Amino acid sequence: MTAATTLTRGGRSTLARARVGKLIRHAIGVAVFLLVWELASRTGLVEWLPPASTCLARVIGLAFDPEYLADLGSTLLAAVIGLPLAILLAVPVGLLLGTVPVVEEMTRAIVEFLRPIPSVALIPLALFLFQPDINAKVALIVYAASWPILINTLYGVRDVDPLAAETLRSFSFGSAAVVWRVSLPSAAPFIFTGIRLAASITLILAISVEYVVGGAGGIGAFLIQASTALDDSAMVDVIAVLVWSGAIGLIVNTLLLRAERRLFKWRDA
Amino acid sequence: MLEIDNLTHVYGEGPTRHHAIDGLNLSVAEGELLCIVGPSGCGKSTLLRSIAGLIKPTGGTIKVQGELVRQTPANLAVVFQDYSRSLFPWMSVADNVALPLRRKDMTKQQRREAAHEALESVGLAEAGRKYPFQLSGGMQQRVSIARALAYRPALMLMDEPFGSVDAQTREDLEDLVLKVRGHHQMTIVLITHDIDESVYVGDRVVVLSKAPAHVVGDLKVELPSPRDQISSREHPDFVHLRAEVGRLVRGVASV
Repeated sequence: MTAATTLTRGGRSTLARARVGKLIRHAIGVAVFLLVWELASRTGLVEWLPPASTCLARVIGLAFDPEYLADLGSTLLAAVIGLPLAILLAVPVGLLLGTVPVVEEMTRAIVEFLRPIPSVALIPLALFLFQPDINAKVALIVYAASWPILINTLYGVRDVDPLAAETLRSFSFGSAAVVWRVSLPSAAPFIFTGIRLAASITLILAISVEYVVGGAGGIGAFLIQASTALDDSAMVDVIAVLVWSGAIGLIVNTLLLRAERRLFKWRDA
Repeated sequence: MLEIDNLTHVYGEGPTRHHAIDGLNLSVAEGELLCIVGPSGCGKSTLLRSIAGLIKPTGGTIKVQGELVRQTPANLAVVFQDYSRSLFPWMSVADNVALPLRRKDMTKQQRREAAHEALESVGLAEAGRKYPFQLSGGMQQRVSIARALAYRPALMLMDEPFGSVDAQTREDLEDLVLKVRGHHQMTIVLITHDIDESVYVGDRVVVLSKAPAHVVGDLKVELPSPRDQISSREHPDFVHLRAEVGRLVRGVASV
């Protein structure tokens, strides 16, 4: 065995050990947090707080609660329909604005005006225009999720290397081919980042609409209903749903980050 | 093959106005390998972009195979200096080479074969599945040469193609150009600021003045072939020619 292979092996196991160590430290942090929570509740230090163990049991219980699962499905469905629609809308518009400066200049005032409006402020308008069920949720998700995708597409297209475009033109390709074969793939990493940001917005919007509508199902409706219970179960339910929401957000973001790293390997080089 | 008549180009107007080319006349014969040298910033790249139809010159005419250049001629390919920006990083090497062939009436299979053949001719038969960032600079420039070759252009333009590689790689790539021109019937116009390179590679060397550029020297290179990095460069004609080109470049640069 050569020195080099020994070194790589040593290096790899050091790396693995570092990763395990990191995981252990993460776990210790969480355990301490849960312990403090449990004690704070059991000793009566924080009166309103149910013990961590009760909440975690309810978190697991929710996985077998058909009512909750139906509400969760309703919320996720709105996100799963809304996000692709936002992509289909925002990417072409971003490509257009990024490639035709005149259009971008003409629309800039409108974009800069609409963008800062908090999307939740549009809930009444959405409820006025759409059925207060999944339609209103999807409409609002499409609206809100489009902005980060649009803006990222726009900046991505602006960042396209002019020499790459010129190379394609030097082989007699036209403008449409330049957009399709250079601007789009070259902006793809930016667009994907926009989609990841948009994905985190979708749940916010869906739950907000559900709060307002109340009776139309969804996690938001479940939370409202749970919080009206007169016994201690209200707080337990609310916390358990929050844990679920946090976990879903974390999982989606992690998956998208992984996909990003895999798809755009060429970008780090 | 290539006829340039009274070419003039001015960028912008007012205080940022830049007169890049002024009344440039040049004609290149079929199959010729012409090197164009000139001081930095003299408008060499403007000339090349005008021939390729990438910019519209403000005056004069350019004809490729008798056809007036209005947009990029179909029978032309360009190799740029900056290979890392000119190759598409999201595509494999083979896909990069095959991409321009979509402009031709070829099936996917034919495109793939043509790409492989072109990669083989630049010594990269095994690299097709790799991505550009996995190759060295010299290899990346070979890929962009292969991309141009696969396209089978009648006219290949090269804009300082070896300006970003080390000296050894540069010599290898010069010899590669000499080799492939033998296999493909094409005319090559190679722009460089390296005087030795222009004499070593070219059949003919044209020297441009500083901006606004026009032709100040036009020399035929008659070195014994095949050319060789060692013996060609010690040949008395080589030494003589490089001195002459050098004087022309210097002379105009110091005016």
